[in-house]
Amino acid sequence: MTTVSMTVNGKPVSGDVEGRTLLVQFLREDLSLTGTHVGCDTSQCGACVVHVDGESVKACSVLAAACDGAEVQTIEGMANPDGSLGVIQQAFQDHHGLQCGFCTPGMVMSAADLLQKNGDPSETEIREWLEGNICRCTGYHNIVKSIQAAAATLNGQVQAAE
Amino acid sequence: MPKDQGIGASSKRREDIRFLTGKGQYTDDLNRPGQSYAYILRSNVAHGTIDGIDTSAAAAAPGVVRIFTSADMEGLGGVPCGWQVTDKNGEPMKEPMHPILAAGKVRHVGDPIAVVVAESLNEARDAAELIELDITELPAQIDMAAAISGGAALHEEAPDNICFDWEFVAENKEAVDQAIAGAHHVTTLELTNNRLVANPMEPRCAIGEYNAATDEHTLYTTSQNPHVIRLLMGAFVLSIPEHKLRVVAPDVGGGFGSKIYHYAEEAFVTWASKQIGRPIKWTSDRSEAFISDAQGRDHVTKVELALNENGKFLALRCSTLANMGAYLSTFAPCVPTWLHGTLLAGNYTTPLIFTNVKAVFTNTVPVDAYRGAGRPEATYQLERTIDKAAREMGIDPIELRRRNFIQPDQYPYATPVAVEYDSGNYLQTMDKAVEIADVAGFEARKTESAGRGKLRGLGVASYIEACGIAPSTLVGALGARAGLYEAATVRVNPTGSVSVMTGSHSHGQGHETTFAQVVADRLGCDESNIDIVHGDTSKIPFGMGTYGSRSLAVGGSAIVKSVDKIVAKAKKIAAHLMEASEADVEFANGEFTVAGTDKKVAWGDVALTAYVPHNFPHETLEPGLEETSFYDPANFTYPAGAYICEVEVDPDTGVVEILNFTAADDFGNVVNPMIVEGQVHGGLAQGIGQAMLEGAVYDVDGQLVSASFMDYAMPRADDLPTFEVDHSSITPCTHNPLGVKGCGEAGAIGSPPALVNAVVDALADRGVTHIDMPLTPKRVWEAMHD
Repeated sequence: MTTVSMTVNGKPVSGDVEGRTLLVQFLREDLSLTGTHVGCDTSQCGACVVHVDGESVKACSVLAAACDGAEVQTIEGMANPDGSLGVIQQAFQDHHGLQCGFCTPGMVMSAADLLQKNGDPSETEIREWLEGNICRCTGYHNIVKSIQAAAATLNGQVQAAE
Repeated sequence: MPKDQGIGASSKRREDIRFLTGKGQYTDDLNRPGQSYAYILRSNVAHGTIDGIDTSAAAAAPGVVRIFTSADMEGLGGVPCGWQVTDKNGEPMKEPMHPILAAGKVRHVGDPIAVVVAESLNEARDAAELIELDITELPAQIDMAAAISGGAALHEEAPDNICFDWEFVAENKEAVDQAIAGAHHVTTLELTNNRLVANPMEPRCAIGEYNAATDEHTLYTTSQNPHVIRLLMGAFVLSIPEHKLRVVAPDVGGGFGSKIYHYAEEAFVTWASKQIGRPIKWTSDRSEAFISDAQGRDHVTKVELALNENGKFLALRCSTLANMGAYLSTFAPCVPTWLHGTLLAGNYTTPLIFTNVKAVFTNTVPVDAYRGAGRPEATYQLERTIDKAAREMGIDPIELRRRNFIQPDQYPYATPVAVEYDSGNYLQTMDKAVEIADVAGFEARKTESAGRGKLRGLGVASYIEACGIAPSTLVGALGARAGLYEAATVRVNPTGSVSVMTGSHSHGQGHETTFAQVVADRLGCDESNIDIVHGDTSKIPFGMGTYGSRSLAVGGSAIVKSVDKIVAKAKKIAAHLMEASEADVEFANGEFTVAGTDKKVAWGDVALTAYVPHNFPHETLEPGLEETSFYDPANFTYPAGAYICEVEVDPDTGVVEILNFTAADDFGNVVNPMIVEGQVHGGLAQGIGQAMLEGAVYDVDGQLVSASFMDYAMPRADDLPTFEVDHSSITPCTHNPLGVKGCGEAGAIGSPPALVNAVVDALADRGVTHIDMPLTPKRVWEAMHD
């Protein structure tokens, strides 16, 4: 067993894990952060996407021990401080960007990374970015709309601040 | 102006808050005190006899609690089938035992052989590697035609591997043969409806728990219908009476049919948790899901359509081989029969129809209903054949459909295949689709594409489906071993808030929102005062669950029935409070009034009085305000529509690009347009997936070679276009109180033929008349160069 320590959603955490423990297992089983989901075993589906040191990462593809000292953010850390939905989350609700909700945490985390890298993505850029996130319910139509709406809101906020 | 709540409003989904914040509770998110973990050792050969299982080394491995094989499970029932089809010879279908764990033989890759229960999943998995299996392989039956032509039998009961040989409508056979023999034109098409894997994003999971103090079993499971699981597992497999068996399905991450069925793993964890005195959790990984979740479609069909010189359809004759896989899954036999043969009239006035369906056992994963179930297969064979007939006869394919549509004044319309359509207007949806898709401008766009070296095609398809499953009397006569009503309890709490307990169970459809809209509309209260409770047999009176686009049409109707009873009783209480005659009390906008007076009493006062009945006339009025109803539909509902797809094919590579996709549907009345459109989008994606990308491919030895998301091509965001959807053509259902028809499966039914028709249209000048799905670049390129 190895002791790992990291910051998850702003809180310092640590635990003893087997060397083979994946980050997603550590989050779900040791920290009970079950918002991060496991939808496949070949790193294809993206239901487990979290942010590690600000970058979107498939938590099924990285060992917990490799994240020692890292800053990790999960879907549980995406709401506003008052508990209300963050901009991207709100856009997904407003535009019906989810149905069963299982792929949704990964979609939101992946979208957040896209929008921090590209504040005004085209539809094609959004669709290509989501290559690694599979949704079986929505046909992606409303996910794309949600991300476009979130981008517009975030851009509006930036302009208002300037 | 759009409404902001109630029926017709695009109310935002209340369930989204928990899903968007990571607070959803899917089965695998649950853990029970003292829980152990199951890992299932599955067969890696498709067909063989089990000569020995040595678990001794595994049993001694660290963390192992117990190892189970079929030898430990004697006396338990097999996994039951819920629908019996009668063979043309009058005998019931062949229904072999489907043991919980393989007994004596393995019959498909993935057949469960042994289960290791251990302190952790890793320890269970490690120990399973130490189990020694001695299996003698037998020839695998993969191809249906070969399986029924002298292939090694999977089951003793079915020496020719035929489960049933079904004829429908048998008495039409001769007349159909004569009509085809004498017709002006007969179009013949042989096609395959490719096998699909449902692949909901949440893999299946089951947790069994036994309480020795109360002798009660609890199963937490990923199910679309917890009461059905309780019924099947309790009565037929484990002999546990209903009052000692609770089934809970919390948030369910998609299903599309694959989570209807009772699976062996559910029975195992429920039973074994009592044997070891601890809860047991089993969670499928994706690789396991590919070889253990029921799969869909897999028909090989020959279609013959007879037409007169004007293109009027005279007769339709079909013959189908339908793959059942290795065992009969819960509803498998009804899919290629009663959900398929009864839809072969489509939207048309074809007077004579006959079909023959042979259901075949093969060494593959069991096949059952997947989004649409039988209706996509019927629609595909019909709409592809009509398109081919149009081309052969030189008639525009839209015009040919129009000539044969059932006309708006012909309802109710009795088809020659045993169903009666209550309402519809297929000309209207076709006109709408033609307008949105700008069919008039197609030739100019085709010329423009040709200028860029691309082949442009336009494809159209009509569809009809039978939803709102189903009238119990009818399905009982057709072999269903259950009734297909729905139940609902509406409880008005003392403070006036409302709890609705429904037997429907959302696996992504947004029932908590839609049902609250229906109740709010009826009671004139705010949606936020209404709580929808589902997915737990201990909280809900009964239920048949969610499938076949039935939740609103059947489940919603049960809720309405209970709400109407609530209002009737509340009027009695209001009459008492206002000292008025019950007949004079009116209820509107959440308020009770007495006609012609200024007397009124608020909803909350009536609710409170129901539970604080100090001055009640107790001899005529009971305290409380709670009503339960069972709603059994009078008929199926018949959503229908027209879909148009436009594609561009690259002749050098065979790559097909979908340029636009239009869906014009008639779903009857619509409660939440936003949710309805989302359902259509999702259905279209799965239909386009079938037509373009997906396919469960078995090699000759029975290995599923497309058994991961690396190999099975799930539609990704950049595979799909933005959709044009329209549901403004409304012919309300005539027999349910909401006038609704159901929208969950439409997209998956209408889209495959529209897409394939478009690609064949693009390639028609090169002599292509048909390509089997999925239309991979390789297949398209080969079709062009044959």
